[in-house]
Amino acid sequence: MRVPVDWLGEHVTLAPDVTGEGVAAALVRVGLEEEGLHSGDITGPLVVGRVLSCQPEEQKNGKVINWCTVDVGDSNGTGEPQGIVCGAHNFGVGDLVVVILPGGVLPGGFEISARKTYGHVSAGMICSTLELGIGQDHDGILVLTDRPDAAELTPGQDAIALLGLDRETVEINVTPDRGYCFSIRGVAREYGHATGAPFVDPVPALTERAPAPTADGYPVELRDDRPIRGQAGCGRYVARVVRGVDVSAPTPPWMATRLTEAGMRPISLPVDIANYVMLDLGQPLHTFDLATLEGPVLVRRARAGERLRTLDGTERTLDAEDLLITDGGERVLALAGVMGGQDSEVGESTTDILIEAAHFDPVTVARTARRHKLPSEASRRFERGVDPLLAPAAAQRAVELLVEHGGGVADPGVTDVGEPPLPTPITLPVSMPSRIVGVDYPAEEVRRSLTEIGAAVTGEDPIEVTPPSWRPDLRTGEDLVEEIARLGGYDRIPSVLPTPPGGSGLTHAQRVRRRLADLLADQGLSEVWSAPFVGDAQHEALGLDAGAERERTVAVLNPLSDEQPLLRTRLLTTLIDSARRNVSRGAKDVALFEIGLVLDQRGERAAAPTLDVGAHPDAATLAAIHAGVPDQPRHLAFVLVGERDRAGWWGSGRAAETTDAVEIVRAIGEALALEVQLCADSVEPFHPGRCARVVVVVDGEELAVGHVGELAPAVAAATGLPGRPVAAELDLDALVAASGVPVRARTLSTFPVAHTDVALVVDDSVPAAAVEGALRSGAGADLEALALFDVYRGDQLGEGRKSLAYRLSFRSGERTLTTDEVSAARDAAVAAAATATGAVQR
Amino acid sequence: MADPLILAGSGSARTPASDPDDQNPDPVGERAPVDSPPVSGPNTSYDPVEVAALAPEAVESAVDAALSAIAQADSLEDLKAIRPAHQGDKSPLALANREIGALPPSAKADAGKRVGQARGRVGQAFAARQAELEAERDERVLREETLDLTQTSGRRPLGRRHPIELMSQRIADLFVGMGWEIAEGPEVEAEWFNFDALNFDADHPARQMQDTFYVDPRERGLILRTHTSPVQARAMLERGVPLYVAAIGRVFRTDELDATHMPAFHQVEGLAVDEGITMAHLKGTLDRLATELFGEGITTRLRPSFFPFTEPSAEMDLRCFVCRGEDAACRTCGGTGWIEWGGCGMVNRNVLTAVGVDPDRYTGFAFGMGIDRALMFRTGVSDMRDMIEGDVRFDAQFGMEI
Repeated sequence: MRVPVDWLGEHVTLAPDVTGEGVAAALVRVGLEEEGLHSGDITGPLVVGRVLSCQPEEQKNGKVINWCTVDVGDSNGTGEPQGIVCGAHNFGVGDLVVVILPGGVLPGGFEISARKTYGHVSAGMICSTLELGIGQDHDGILVLTDRPDAAELTPGQDAIALLGLDRETVEINVTPDRGYCFSIRGVAREYGHATGAPFVDPVPALTERAPAPTADGYPVELRDDRPIRGQAGCGRYVARVVRGVDVSAPTPPWMATRLTEAGMRPISLPVDIANYVMLDLGQPLHTFDLATLEGPVLVRRARAGERLRTLDGTERTLDAEDLLITDGGERVLALAGVMGGQDSEVGESTTDILIEAAHFDPVTVARTARRHKLPSEASRRFERGVDPLLAPAAAQRAVELLVEHGGGVADPGVTDVGEPPLPTPITLPVSMPSRIVGVDYPAEEVRRSLTEIGAAVTGEDPIEVTPPSWRPDLRTGEDLVEEIARLGGYDRIPSVLPTPPGGSGLTHAQRVRRRLADLLADQGLSEVWSAPFVGDAQHEALGLDAGAERERTVAVLNPLSDEQPLLRTRLLTTLIDSARRNVSRGAKDVALFEIGLVLDQRGERAAAPTLDVGAHPDAATLAAIHAGVPDQPRHLAFVLVGERDRAGWWGSGRAAETTDAVEIVRAIGEALALEVQLCADSVEPFHPGRCARVVVVVDGEELAVGHVGELAPAVAAATGLPGRPVAAELDLDALVAASGVPVRARTLSTFPVAHTDVALVVDDSVPAAAVEGALRSGAGADLEALALFDVYRGDQLGEGRKSLAYRLSFRSGERTLTTDEVSAARDAAVAAAATATGAVQR
Repeated sequence: MADPLILAGSGSARTPASDPDDQNPDPVGERAPVDSPPVSGPNTSYDPVEVAALAPEAVESAVDAALSAIAQADSLEDLKAIRPAHQGDKSPLALANREIGALPPSAKADAGKRVGQARGRVGQAFAARQAELEAERDERVLREETLDLTQTSGRRPLGRRHPIELMSQRIADLFVGMGWEIAEGPEVEAEWFNFDALNFDADHPARQMQDTFYVDPRERGLILRTHTSPVQARAMLERGVPLYVAAIGRVFRTDELDATHMPAFHQVEGLAVDEGITMAHLKGTLDRLATELFGEGITTRLRPSFFPFTEPSAEMDLRCFVCRGEDAACRTCGGTGWIEWGGCGMVNRNVLTAVGVDPDRYTGFAFGMGIDRALMFRTGVSDMRDMIEGDVRFDAQFGMEI
């Protein structure tokens, strides 16, 4: 909302030396945030010019520029036409434009000087509203010929004052609860609250002047047979008729200037008046050409399939929820509170005008505006709630202005139908504001603040507060508390640290996450995170069944990319993308990890119910809400590309291989004091012969927690990763659940350790883990450690055989083991391995 | 010739006197060589003067020869090579020593003393030179082992944590330090938790598809959480009150990725619900966080605002940690002295009611702020794409503490 300071001063007394900055600073204290300050930024000469000639010239770059001469009167000191190059095309010879001459400065410190461009010396610039800082229109320059007061403009005339550029405009952000601040009236009230300056509400006097409704006003019927959430679409409809208006009469310059300052383009007297009254008071008005109306104005919901060509020229198919203004119930005139139709528009031939000042239901208007993607100045106000008592005053103001400036005559008949919803009284204990804000508000202050905002206060304690008609947002005690707090100033709130009863620190899961992330970083891996969006193509690149992945996850209805509508089912999908990005940016050796959530949808896909706000769901509903949310386990994944040990002057490097990935997985297990086992497995996206399932053993139970291995060559090729990348993905939640049980400490034995080595020959297909497991099981309780120190394949062993050499370390807790005892234990271990795996001692 | 002795005596820890064997692995005269002739019996008529080898001149000459050779030995190898000639079984002094046994008792003492002293001098000279050459060798070895430590290394560079995670940890620790706990929730969330429970009614603009990612089909009632606030509702339902929790995590909005927008980003949300909680407690908590994160004296300012889930509501501004409000030309705050930090307020009664907390008995405050933004403040990251694209060069700029 743009608030011209001069206009603001019409309703609230401003200090004589007030600045836009001062106004903005005052408004922010009561909750109207500054979005921008306009004007003051332009230094002249900025003048009105008349285009005398305009010669289009095509340039080498294909662009067509206009070489113009512009009459700028005596403002250039010579009275000669000014030569200017202009890239816009929305004007012609004879048009009045705005010219900034050399020496002038446009907003942003943009200094203008005569400069050579496109083969001419361009002595100045013809300005657009964007360049002038008064609008967003940069498609063309600002043409003044359309202005109602164009006849009075002369070339060379100062345009700064004409466009109101010498005056300041404060742009504020209006939060959704403060619809009334989409008006100068509302902002002036807030300025009064912030500064104590006297505010005079213009509405009571207008209401006073407005004639009472009569029976012979233009007939209006409100027939809403499908209210939304129990609210009738139209709560009140005031109609006034002014006849014999000269619609071509000029808009008074002061009004045109104010509209321009407020960011609206002056169009024609009736439209400008409607806009002016809306900006001033906050009541959107609509004007109809009375001659186009045949029957009564009938307000109803749309019928399926009905159509309307709106003022913006778009033919729209209406929805049954849309509220319509119709002529006699049949011809659609307007989308209520959003936009009018083209064929009832006030035009050049209009003489009699019907003014609509209505109160439309916020939800109805909001839905229609969104449905048709038609945010308008009117809908923006209705959505946030327009003062339901304002309509007669606003209509009166519009009538007065039309009569004054358009020479019309107001009909004595006045229509005012409907019963608008008014705020209901709120009971407020006087101590409540202090209890919630933590500032001691005396009872007098509570009453005073509420009275200041326009509420009626009765009773002692609790008080009964009837909010003003323009504050539909005030519905609870807390809403009133905010009013008291902001009028009193948020800067009065002291800073007090609360004293919680004491927490239990980070959870085991949170500590594990940190511990493992640190561990991976310590091991040389960089942590990344990615947006979780993936698509079939990515799954296919990983060799996954795209259909099965889609089953496991959910799709986004409105994805940023149609190629990536799915949420990831595993981290590797996006992690491999990140690795590839690094590679494509020139990195050769990339070690990445990510910890994040993935989708793992199982079972039913029942909807998660929604409820009205403020409603506590019953146990069954709450369970349904919880059940509707798919499982999202937290995973940990890493990928190693290129060299694990880098090459350098110290020697050659070593490419990352599966052992590196396995080592990291084992380190994770060790960090959590978990027994990790690997079992050969074959799953995508891994190399079928170089993949293992990671299993943790808890209380003898084996729990699969993920996979580790080398990416399948086809996957590496499809995803653009060089070499033989290795990777792993683990279910971090499962690791968390499996860990955390305190380890039972053993007393350390100080008896000597005895080592003995065995070399066992097995088939190549026998996993080392099986041999190791058998050795452990057979070696007995005194086995302290077991290490695989050599793997050998060779002719002596025969084809398809391998020798695994283990060092077994024995130590008893009770005595020094004898050689015989150690040998016996070793033999038992070998025997167990032989039984389990067919191992033969070498 | 005396110099090496003095040097050895003063410089070597292992003096020849204290541990002569150590210098001489095959000391002469300790035991009789097996192949030496049988020791003769006393021969009273023997004249030592007549035994040429024991003549003082001969002994002295042997010593001189030994000392000269020792002095000329340039290396430990040389020294070892000359040792047999001067200390070995066949060396003149060893041979002289062997003659002593045959002397009459009256002459033994004198000759023994003379030869013993001579052998001692030679032995000391060997030991001293040995020590000297060893020291030279040791020094040379160290010199030869010199390395250029400025040659860059990097066989296995350290990895990194992502700075957003580090920032999140830091913030979590602040809350834990205040006695709060850290709560979590899913990223694909029920609409009820993300909106209804937080007093965003069905027509609230935030529920439009232009801001929120909806799960297909829309009737399923699932969205990608647009803020960490649904964790508020989950925490109140799961843990009850009194409650002091912070939720830290990833949230989603339908913004295309560019320098200042990410479709996924990070928030921290604080929620305190207890008897007697006021906005003053909110202000106190925010001030504490601001000070801990941005430095002593950095406080917050509240401005009235509006959010569906809080009433009263406020925007919170952070005192500019660059200029502290003292530089009208400050680029960080634009000269206002304040930086927008997030939204906050007292938990709306509709929120408390939705999760079954009695709003007439309990009050609460809630606030939320961007972690990515805090990281940008703290480290000057200017392009958000750097944070999300996973380029290792981004992480590598930072240490493991932020």
